[in-house]
Amino acid sequence: MNAQQQIVAFSTLVKKEIRRFTRIWVQTLIPPVITMALYFVIFGALIGSRIGDMGGYDYMSFVVPGLIMMSVINNSYSNVVSSFYSAKFNKSIEELQVSPTPNYIILAGYVCGGALRGLLVGGIVTCVSLLFTDLKIHSPVITVSVIFLSAVLFSIAGMINAIFANSFDDISVVPTFVLTPLTYLGGVFYSIQLLPEFWQGVSHLNPILYMVNAFRYGILGVSDVSVVGAFIGIFIFLAILLAYCLYLLEHCKQLRS
Amino acid sequence: MSEPAHIDTGIPALKINELHKTYGGGFRALKGIELEVKQGDFFALLGPNGAGKSTTIGIVTSLVRKSAGKVFIYGIDTDKEFSLAKQYIGVVPQEFNFNIFEKVKDILTNQAGYYGISSALAEQRAEKYLRQLGLWEKRDEQSRNLSGGMKRRLMIARALIHEPKLLILDEPSAGVDIELRRSMWEFLKDINEAGTTIILTTHYLEEAEALCRNIAIINQGEIVENTSVKKLLKKLDKETFVLDLAEALEVLPLIQDYELVQVDASTLEVAVPSGRALNTLFDHLSRQGIQVISMRNKVNRLEEMFVELIGQQVELV
Repeated sequence: MNAQQQIVAFSTLVKKEIRRFTRIWVQTLIPPVITMALYFVIFGALIGSRIGDMGGYDYMSFVVPGLIMMSVINNSYSNVVSSFYSAKFNKSIEELQVSPTPNYIILAGYVCGGALRGLLVGGIVTCVSLLFTDLKIHSPVITVSVIFLSAVLFSIAGMINAIFANSFDDISVVPTFVLTPLTYLGGVFYSIQLLPEFWQGVSHLNPILYMVNAFRYGILGVSDVSVVGAFIGIFIFLAILLAYCLYLLEHCKQLRS
Repeated sequence: MSEPAHIDTGIPALKINELHKTYGGGFRALKGIELEVKQGDFFALLGPNGAGKSTTIGIVTSLVRKSAGKVFIYGIDTDKEFSLAKQYIGVVPQEFNFNIFEKVKDILTNQAGYYGISSALAEQRAEKYLRQLGLWEKRDEQSRNLSGGMKRRLMIARALIHEPKLLILDEPSAGVDIELRRSMWEFLKDINEAGTTIILTTHYLEEAEALCRNIAIINQGEIVENTSVKKLLKKLDKETFVLDLAEALEVLPLIQDYELVQVDASTLEVAVPSGRALNTLFDHLSRQGIQVISMRNKVNRLEEMFVELIGQQVELV
């Protein structure tokens, strides 16, 4: 395939993915927004008012960046994992496999679709958060780049999960037992400076901590971790997951016996 | 579409050398298959369930990894340029493999996009093939709402959207009613006459006999016969006919060189050796006062040959 044909294949995949998550918007766009709105009401407005300041900001302002990041991560991941696994399940993935579309275009198409859904939900959640607090962006460049890279990273992670999955149970195991605990313990709701030293050290092993804090830095200008270190960490994770995912698309027996 | 500057008409559409496939559990699905399909041919790949037909097609279309051997599509080595070779192949699998929630036309235009075809051309071709296959009225329906026959035709339209030179159909008539099957045969004959090489696997031997010029029979991962349909049928050493008689038969007649079996009071089965005239049989029956009111083949001739060949193999095993 020449470059122009690859662009056509890529845009076909992206359009298909957008059509998929907008067709089922009641399942894909509304629930995360309702969940996040409830977080804003309960943790921000009701409980948050009794917590006081955190990191130098009122609790609502502190928690909003984390919740936006959480919605982006969850939706990017779940879009790719459910879409790609469904294609495996109903065998429509064979439409792509028999075509000359290269694996990196397949990956790029699904990841772009996942990132777009994550960012769309993140955008809606941001709008909802404006009902509860004022958002002043400290660094638009850092804010946008962190949220974009995180959406891409978790879309790739969702793809890896979908490649290995052999049942619908398999696509819910990782989000339930890995992603959710890492997100909740990744500094979304609290500053890790509140933790004992040992648990602060353990928290630094959590990649989501870096994304949440870098994003919070972009919005509020405060972070528990080095922002440069966070970017380096995100890029390293991206490179590893990207290489691994391309390897799986080429060699994994779950895709070609 | 980038393609070789010139395709020599002498180059086979498909050439398979020493193709082996051993699955993870150690099962040897293919044991060194050799196969060649000429350009413009209408070729049947026959075999019982589990013989290796779908594995062969899977390897040719890249859905299955081969263990050893070579596959060439229009002279293109799939080990070196599978991406280019894929431009030449369209495949209609046995099982439905599209997203049932997608609209009929979207399935076609998406597939065109995966081949790098612009959306304007994809729209044109989608209309052309949906009209030809009688699905244009259903273009905006979700594919799950189609009948089984319509779904089968949708997969044919999808396989043709990039106008491949080699069309591979795995059991295309499965679940299709007789009337629709005939119209599908006509459609396939037309595109074959227009130059598309067609390979089909089928359980309907009548289908292979009606459509195909050449045939390969595969059993237990090996090609046991590879010839023209005409030559294959000439090898048939006997043909069995069912005769409906005017009156009930009291005694089974004995006629030299013909094996007669009484099925019921007024039905006879006669095995006629190859090259033996039917007139002799009817002369004998007339002399014995037996009147035949109708006659038909017991099974399709190709089916008889198929059973004979597969039967021989099973005996050898």
